[in-house]
Amino acid sequence: MVNMKKKLMASDTKIFKIVSTIILGLLALVALLPIILIVIASFTDETTLLRNGYSFFPEMWSADAYVYMIQQGSTIFRAYGISILVTIIGTVVSVLITTMIAYPMSRRNFKYKNALAFFVFFTMLFNGGVVPSYMMWTQVFQIKNTLWALIIPNYLCGAFNIFLVRNYYANSIPEALIESAQIDGASELTIFFKIIFPLAVPTVATISLFTALIYWNDWVNALYYIQKPQYYGIQNLLIRIMNNIQYLKSGAASVAVGTGAISLPSNAVRMSMAVIGILPIVVIYPFVQKYFVKGVVVGAVKG
Amino acid sequence: MSDMKKKNSKTKYAKSGPLLLIAAPGIIYLLINNYIPMFGIFLAFKKFSYKKGVWGSPWNGFDNFKFLFQTKDALIMTRNTILYNLAFIVIGTIIAITIAIFLNALGDSIRTKFFQSALLLPNLMSWVIIAYMVFAFLNSDSGFINNTILKALGKKEIAWYMESKYWPFILTFVQMWKNAGYQSIIYLAAIAGIDKSVYEAASLDGASKVQQIFRITLPMLKPTVIILTLMAVGRIFFSDFGLFYQVPMNSGAVYSTTQTIDTYVYRGLMELNDVGMSAAAGLFQSLLGFIIVVSANALVRKIDSDNALF
Repeated sequence: MVNMKKKLMASDTKIFKIVSTIILGLLALVALLPIILIVIASFTDETTLLRNGYSFFPEMWSADAYVYMIQQGSTIFRAYGISILVTIIGTVVSVLITTMIAYPMSRRNFKYKNALAFFVFFTMLFNGGVVPSYMMWTQVFQIKNTLWALIIPNYLCGAFNIFLVRNYYANSIPEALIESAQIDGASELTIFFKIIFPLAVPTVATISLFTALIYWNDWVNALYYIQKPQYYGIQNLLIRIMNNIQYLKSGAASVAVGTGAISLPSNAVRMSMAVIGILPIVVIYPFVQKYFVKGVVVGAVKG
Repeated sequence: MSDMKKKNSKTKYAKSGPLLLIAAPGIIYLLINNYIPMFGIFLAFKKFSYKKGVWGSPWNGFDNFKFLFQTKDALIMTRNTILYNLAFIVIGTIIAITIAIFLNALGDSIRTKFFQSALLLPNLMSWVIIAYMVFAFLNSDSGFINNTILKALGKKEIAWYMESKYWPFILTFVQMWKNAGYQSIIYLAAIAGIDKSVYEAASLDGASKVQQIFRITLPMLKPTVIILTLMAVGRIFFSDFGLFYQVPMNSGAVYSTTQTIDTYVYRGLMELNDVGMSAAAGLFQSLLGFIIVVSANALVRKIDSDNALF
């Protein structure tokens, strides 16, 4: 009887595993199909696209879109460069500011610890909204049509990341370490840069990842503050091309003269642009997924 | 000596100056980026013109609000924002828990890793890229659905970007596609935290897997569900601008089901140049948001004070 029950249980577990695999497999397929579709579409021959639309099994393959992009590349390379630059500067500055403000908040004997925590926390509860901050950045700081507009507004230092780092300091770095450094005569600044920051590497990795993703994927700042296309990063170039595929042509017209212009494979080019936009993310994804998952779990545990 | 030091540090504060200096860049940034705009809400009570500027524009009391609430827009955008959020909360929670339970069932295997990676990947894509993907499926000339699926079914083509009735489903689907994997991480962590011996005992008593899910896993997840739901409810007047602006490609024909407070504020400010009305809508959102997040937190504290935000 007991034996039979055990067998039943074992088969029950087995069946459940099979069901799980099937359902998760289907969901994973749904998650990946749109990405697969744009990759295939970008390698599809333009006349095939015109006749059959985007499809998972194109009649004719072609790399024309990519050839075209390389030939007309200056606009794209420029936007790519801006995205990379903005992502690097934004992430480095953000991580520095965030880890710095989090440090005093983690010190038990800092007089204004709670006041500072509330100061940071209140930004999660209330905000002035888009209009006042737009007026401030454009009218007071004159940030329109500068690279600063892509870096400074909104993303440099957020409460979520500050609390993430503060909690890490408070839980993982022993107070005694700071005290002994103080006895040795180290200043707070030295303590922060020589002891605290190096010890915080795991959490720095996590917030760097979050922040870099935000900058790479951002298009909203440019939507508000950039009107000159020469300051567009890759995301805003993508928006522009979606609205007006001819832009790619006109933007690099001078370069293309005399190269024997290929007619613009517009449907395929659109998708190849999107593929190029997600390429960096897909490439680094396997290496950073671990930190990403960890960060989400830690962040959820309480700010 | 070290004992004395310890005793001292408990009563004595550290020097504030150097610590404040370290915090200064962050404090200054938050002051500028977050606090100054809070005071800028007075723009909602002005008849703003760029010529006269922020200070020179005349006050007009509650006129902006009066105009705003006389239009149909106010009702539509508020309704959309709330209903979408409710749908996202309910459906999102169900899907995320389902994924977490199945992932947990597979244990620590390569399969689990692969499924989780695949389900998480959409979360890392920008809304612009996602709009491209949706376009690849839906656009009327070359979209996959019109050209392949509807054709195969012998159905007529649909102009997706012109018909508002489809967008509640499309946007909900897209939101789930992007965020379900991400949300499931938290539930998976919560499930992993459940004591294994409870399941073992249930197995010995002959409880089937399905029974274990409904009798053990789901009840144990209740606190997590409540906390996450209340946190989401606290954001019920806010929408993801990218989802509602970028994914429908800013198509005017579908505003009735895609307009939210956030897209309205953007359009008022950047497209219609109606700064006063846009500021009024923004303030309306900020105030309601503030009230509801504080109330939601009060509720959380009552249920489980450890998980209250403040």
